[in-house]
Amino acid sequence: MTALHDCRDAFAKTLGELAEANPDVVAVCNDSVGSSKLGDFAKAWPERLVNVGIAEQNMIGVAAGLANGGKLPFVCAAAPFLTGRALEQIKADIAYSEANVKLCGISSGMAYGELGPTHHSVEDFAWTRVLPNLIVVAPADRIETAQAVRAAAETEAPVFLRLSRMGVPDIMPKDYRFQFGKAAMMRQGRDVTIIANGVLVARALAAADILAAQGIKARVINMATVKPLDEEAILAAARETRGIVTCEEHSIHGGLGGAIAEVVVSRHPTRMKILGVPGIFAPTGSAAFLLDRFGMSPEGIAAAAEGLAR
Amino acid sequence: MSLVNKYANAQPVTHRLAQIANRIRLRDLEMVFTAKAGHIGGDMSAIDVLTTLYFHVLRYDPAKPLAPERDRFVLSKGHCAGALYVTLAEAGFFAAAELKTFLQPLSRLNGHPNRTKVPGVETNTGPLGHGLPVAVGMAKAAQLSKASWRTYVMTGDGELQEGSNWEAAMAAAQFKLDNLILIIDRNRLQQGARTEATNALEPLADKWRAFGWSVTEINGHDFGELIAALSPDVAPVGQPRCIIAHTNKGEGISFMRDRVEWHHKVPSAKEYEQARRELEGQVL
Repeated sequence: MTALHDCRDAFAKTLGELAEANPDVVAVCNDSVGSSKLGDFAKAWPERLVNVGIAEQNMIGVAAGLANGGKLPFVCAAAPFLTGRALEQIKADIAYSEANVKLCGISSGMAYGELGPTHHSVEDFAWTRVLPNLIVVAPADRIETAQAVRAAAETEAPVFLRLSRMGVPDIMPKDYRFQFGKAAMMRQGRDVTIIANGVLVARALAAADILAAQGIKARVINMATVKPLDEEAILAAARETRGIVTCEEHSIHGGLGGAIAEVVVSRHPTRMKILGVPGIFAPTGSAAFLLDRFGMSPEGIAAAAEGLAR
Repeated sequence: MSLVNKYANAQPVTHRLAQIANRIRLRDLEMVFTAKAGHIGGDMSAIDVLTTLYFHVLRYDPAKPLAPERDRFVLSKGHCAGALYVTLAEAGFFAAAELKTFLQPLSRLNGHPNRTKVPGVETNTGPLGHGLPVAVGMAKAAQLSKASWRTYVMTGDGELQEGSNWEAAMAAAQFKLDNLILIIDRNRLQQGARTEATNALEPLADKWRAFGWSVTEINGHDFGELIAALSPDVAPVGQPRCIIAHTNKGEGISFMRDRVEWHHKVPSAKEYEQARRELEGQVL
């Protein structure tokens, strides 16, 4: 059994390392110390943990102001409330103002499973990727999470880091070097392409194994950065394989699949299948159950890919 | 602290501020008339506060608009960008000649201020209820850094109907931000009607006191009262400060004063001439 890891641990550990090295690093949260795994940060730097209470609009404005005052704020809050509740603040105070703030959406996608659609964050790619200046990233495992957090700190730009709490295996190679806007080729293949990000990359790789047993060679791409997109990787897939399946823990509307379709349709049209939450409020179930139900089990992804490969 | 307000010791202060404010009002009137757009009523109510801040209180160097130790000013009522632009030009952040481009195609002088384009602007405002939270973050940054710069923020009064302000009000008191000064432009009018007929704010001072702030009420067109209230010497320890500046929309122009329709109406040629004559007659 492959060990599964909660990416929040890698996030919290890396944030601690950054805070140790740079006294300007501050964490901003909305009573989310536990869910954002900020307990150690709070112990080490109590004054640098800016907890505004349950007030997301203020949280984002405060982060913008901290950045103006020379701090490097990491806003750590549950993704649905961080994005949905404070979207206009993210637009005006962060993206339009080009505030050097890192928005860390914790427990994104359907991580809160049974708590229901109020607590699901399957709209956040659409809401954030439409905003100019904002980098949007969903790391696939704890290795990529740690590197993305570090890259966010080193890049003077607003960044939305979409982090999951669903356990995922280590899938990125040890020598992997994350870069914004650069997709990772996880597996070579010429028959069909599967592009995924976040927790779906591991499932996409499992789907490629199923396809391989059927004699279908699937290319698997980890498109961690939703904005800016790695257009070259998409165009190569469109040219060199028979079609593209996209998988994301997000609505099929406006997310990773939509972003890729925008590139494909205008530069190299090819057949696509967009897997995600099919434009409904999800029924009760765990994240894993819901991903399976919406056709994103390894078998479901393989079936969609097989349809394009033949 | 190397930065100072280079105007602060000129005498007599109130007379000099009145002259500057009058000049800013004339330029703002001309700018709105030329552009055929703007928010002239709220500009006129805010100008005496802006003048006192930029020509007596704030420590800044227009040649170094991003100097880390500068005092911050946030215009939360971003629709009154016109008043801010004229004030920033008067203070030397950019040439007054550029004011002619206000709202013209591709001008950086947009209808709402943009920090990445206009020197002296600290954060992009326009949607209401954004300035105070950002100012709280600025003041928190100075507190964490043990820096002596201060943060000033001006909101409208109607704007206080946005709940985000009250989130920020709670946080500022919780964080004991005695380096934060809020000025409320209390002109009693919002876009469509009187605040009290729309979604009443009173008892406004009591609300801020209940939220843990130190509150002062002043005549927002009296430079003596403005100087006294905005002085850092009167800051209470461990408490953010709220100054309710009682003002009039359209202050300085008789037919605009306290009239709701002048929220964003543009004067006709005849009205422009009358307004100009009235303002010129007020030069001391």
